[in-house]
Amino acid sequence: MDKLGSFFLPPAKSTMAGTVDQLFNFINIVSAVIFIGIIIAIVYFVIRYRRRTENDVTSLNDHNTPLEVFWSVIPLFLIVIVFYWGFTDYLRLHEAPSNSYEINVTGRSWSWQFNYDSGAASNELHVPAGRPVKLIMSSVDVLHSFYVPDFRVKHDVIPNRYTSVWFEAKEPEAAATDTSWVFCTEYCGRSHSDMITKVIIHKEDSFNKWLDENSGRPDDMPLAEYGGQLYNQLGCQTCHSLDGSRKVGPSFQGLYGKNRVFTDGSSLTADENYIRQSILNPNAHVVESYPAAMPSYQGQIQEEGLNAIIEFIKEQ
Amino acid sequence: MSSTAHTDNPSALNLKRFVAPEVAEQNFMQAEQGIKAWLTTIDHKKIGLMYLASIIFFFFVGGMLAIALRLELWGPAKNFIDAETYNQIFTLHGAIMIFLVLVPSVPAALGNFFLPIMVGAKDVAFPRLNLLSFYIYLFGALFTIISMINGAVDTGWTFYTPYSTGTSTSVIWMTLGVFILGFSSILTGLNFIVTLHKLRSPGLTWGRLPLFLWSLYATSIIQILATPVLAITVLLLVMERTLGIGIFDPALGGDPVLYQHFFWFYSHPAVYIMILPGFGIISEVIAIFSKRRIFGYWFIAISSLAIALIGFLVWGHHMFVSGQSTLASVVFSLMTFLVGIPTGIKIFNWVATLYKGSIQLKTPMIYALIFLFLFTIGGFTGVMLGTLSVDVHLHDTYYVVAHFHYVMMGGMLIAFLAGLHLWWPKMFGKMYSQFWGNIAAVLIFIGFNMTFFTQFILGSRGMPRRYYNYVDQFQELHQFSTIGSWVLLVGFIIIAIYLAHSLLRGEDAPKNPWNGRTLEWLTSRQPVLENFNYTPVVLHGPYDFHEPISEFQYGIEGSHHHDHSGDSHGDATKAEKAVTNA
Amino acid sequence: MSQTSASAPSSHLAHHFVDSDQQFNSAKLGMWIFLVTELLFFGGLFCAYIIYRAWYPELYVAASVQLDTVMGTINTAVLITSSLTMALSIWAAQHNKQKLIIYNLIATIVLAFIFMVIKYFEYTHKFDLGIYPGEYYTYTGIAHEKANIFFSIYYMMTGLHGIHVVIGIGLIAWLAIKASKGAFNSAYYTPIEIVGLYWHLVDIIWIFLFPLLYLID
Repeated sequence: MDKLGSFFLPPAKSTMAGTVDQLFNFINIVSAVIFIGIIIAIVYFVIRYRRRTENDVTSLNDHNTPLEVFWSVIPLFLIVIVFYWGFTDYLRLHEAPSNSYEINVTGRSWSWQFNYDSGAASNELHVPAGRPVKLIMSSVDVLHSFYVPDFRVKHDVIPNRYTSVWFEAKEPEAAATDTSWVFCTEYCGRSHSDMITKVIIHKEDSFNKWLDENSGRPDDMPLAEYGGQLYNQLGCQTCHSLDGSRKVGPSFQGLYGKNRVFTDGSSLTADENYIRQSILNPNAHVVESYPAAMPSYQGQIQEEGLNAIIEFIKEQ
Repeated sequence: MSSTAHTDNPSALNLKRFVAPEVAEQNFMQAEQGIKAWLTTIDHKKIGLMYLASIIFFFFVGGMLAIALRLELWGPAKNFIDAETYNQIFTLHGAIMIFLVLVPSVPAALGNFFLPIMVGAKDVAFPRLNLLSFYIYLFGALFTIISMINGAVDTGWTFYTPYSTGTSTSVIWMTLGVFILGFSSILTGLNFIVTLHKLRSPGLTWGRLPLFLWSLYATSIIQILATPVLAITVLLLVMERTLGIGIFDPALGGDPVLYQHFFWFYSHPAVYIMILPGFGIISEVIAIFSKRRIFGYWFIAISSLAIALIGFLVWGHHMFVSGQSTLASVVFSLMTFLVGIPTGIKIFNWVATLYKGSIQLKTPMIYALIFLFLFTIGGFTGVMLGTLSVDVHLHDTYYVVAHFHYVMMGGMLIAFLAGLHLWWPKMFGKMYSQFWGNIAAVLIFIGFNMTFFTQFILGSRGMPRRYYNYVDQFQELHQFSTIGSWVLLVGFIIIAIYLAHSLLRGEDAPKNPWNGRTLEWLTSRQPVLENFNYTPVVLHGPYDFHEPISEFQYGIEGSHHHDHSGDSHGDATKAEKAVTNA
Repeated sequence: MSQTSASAPSSHLAHHFVDSDQQFNSAKLGMWIFLVTELLFFGGLFCAYIIYRAWYPELYVAASVQLDTVMGTINTAVLITSSLTMALSIWAAQHNKQKLIIYNLIATIVLAFIFMVIKYFEYTHKFDLGIYPGEYYTYTGIAHEKANIFFSIYYMMTGLHGIHVVIGIGLIAWLAIKASKGAFNSAYYTPIEIVGLYWHLVDIIWIFLFPLLYLID
């Protein structure tokens, strides 16, 4: 069963994954058995009853009550088992344990942001293994869907509403951390397939360490370095490169001090004010040949963060 | 059950035998010639053929879009199309295949041609409405084409809000196109229901109806009940975009999940519109090429109606992770399983029909057997998706894409090909090459499994759908699937070639090449304009192959009853009363 | 019903029908099926109405005050009377009263026009107040943030209904023209019958719309 599962399924990294996989395998096996039976019957009949003459006499019998009852009741019985199993697991998937560690998730076209109670923010989902984690999710624009194949969890992320998933990640085997993919699985526009991030599963002390290091700017961290951290945490890197390559938005390389020409024909020098405006009100001035696709970060970055990002960009 | 013959004594009922000539003096194509005659015809046969040509054309367009998609997916990131274009292509592929090909395919093309003949009528109940339906279809298709040129749509064929209310692509053109196409579907369904109720020949009781017609009846009921809901959904979406009504857009106070409920309320029954006629064809093909009555006739007939009705109660299985309540999800899962059972039993019935039959592996039968293989896989994977906990993992992945291609393409399209090959000699009076027909069928079977079975694995391993880009681990499977799409393409090209050859230089077909018993096989090689020069009277079931063909040639004189005195109509009434009381 | 006779014109009998009865019954069945689709079409809107009313009941009560109940009542009476005149024209056809057919058809059209005129006044009065559908809504007289949704639903439902009334006017006018040329008699009045069925549906839909929109308080 395991071999079968591991061919079709990704590694099972959460506590619920096991039972979901078992049901998947059960359905596959039962289906395969019945299917093979059907195919054998077809092949046998086609050969055994192939037409020999144009005047073959065929059976007039088109009814067989015991047989029909048999092949109605057995599937019904199997269906009930499968339904019940799926339904109970679904209920468990939907009810997070009361002591779950909560993390806030914000989906926006086209990145994820994760916010922790401690004030930490990241664009990768760091979680502790061995205890239940509940994600409280919402979108700032269109529908998205949060999916971690290894955990077998998924839920749509909706604007103006909170939805949630929960999971308990298994302890990483070798190193202090383990990674799994996170995909967006509700089509959300051009870069839907780039709205990808990772879950980093930590052993308990590794997680606490990460939390400490990322909850706000450490006192001794230079402003520009903190800006670089925010560049990653807030998902800027999805659309703005540092090496000059063109992504959804302009690269930050050599940006500071440049003259920018906008879609309405006007132009400005890229100074502190311009960068600040681009973060808080990005559609006020859109660089020509680029789409007006950047969402605003108003309310999501404090003053210190804004200053840090500006310093970071100056260094590129 | 088909009624037995012993109570019907043709001479006592004043019936005569009418044997249509092998070649009619003037068949339906010769009766009206020229482009103008075709474009203004009210002959259901020509309308059916015009639909057939359109459907084949749009299948080609949709198919080329699919080839382009699979080519782009050869490697992650950009290969030769950019993300925006890719998103538009998959949207168009879905919309064209569903609305312009699958929904009309069997009913509008084969149904229009054969339903009236199979009931022994001269035409459908409302021939002019039928022509109007065709023009409405073309008009709707035109809107779709305009939307392609006008900056194509990239929302996916499901147009989920709020993305579809905000995106700058030509959503309105496309959705209005869908709105218009809906009317074509509704009017066809309406025509079929009235024809089946009112225009059946004497003796053609419901219990003697070919199963193809039962399936069209069930399909028409769904078309009538479900399509208007799509119409209003699409209208609300258009209003949302133009006036900012605020029903679905959360920024305006609306609910995006409500849109999904409205949309799937139509679109789930729509998939039954797309498959039921296919089931009907499979019944016809298996019966003829096993030379046997279909096992469990009444079950198959009534189960089509049951599927039609229960099919309205399962829409939420598309929304298990959408945010709908757990209770709703549980109910929808249960109903989904319930609707799967009658379908499964049909498969058993078809296999049982092969038992002690006399099986001939002509091309239509090869397609029917391929159908049994592919559709069964599609059905089992549907059970997988209906299972709540597993669906959480599989929803919106390639597993779903594989599932619906197995049922819609491996099921419906294969059944359509079976029907096309079954009835080709009757529509065009020509035979085609059995050899190339079988080769193409085998290639399509292989190519299909290569392309789509792989996608089950991609999906269960976590590959999401509607993805332009993907992570490296999925590349090999994607490449294998793409190669499969090329095998499919070769198969379809072969079909196009030998069918074209058949039209231009094919061998003439006999009027009943497969020795069938349903009324269409009693007409000349290609039927006359009014199908029959007499009123057929049906005395036996559609699969009573043990009765000689002469038993099916009975009828009553005359084709224009209102020109005669009361007598011949009285004959028909007497005959009808006599046989239906048998 | 009627049987074909040697003296009745058989020009109305289509080639694929056995006799007039079959044709008449087929036409009626066809129209009934079409009416079912109309019910489901409007049904979607009723569904939206119900959902938003369940979510914002206080909004519906407050906003309904803006709808003029007197005008709505008059319109209801107008439409019901037009159904009566429509039925009378069918009766007239069944009894071969040619003039009465035409008079009743015209009366139906006139009543339908009155309905549309009253609707026009209702709509323009709202526009003056700034009550427009969707995001163009500017009226401030209702203290509810979702006020525009009630009116969006109102405009969609009454607007769609209004379009159906206009289509009905067109169909009935066509009937009146044919009637003036003597096309209908007791042997053949199928078009009047089926347009009548359509018209009754238009009436019934209004009878549901009226209390649901106007009489909430």
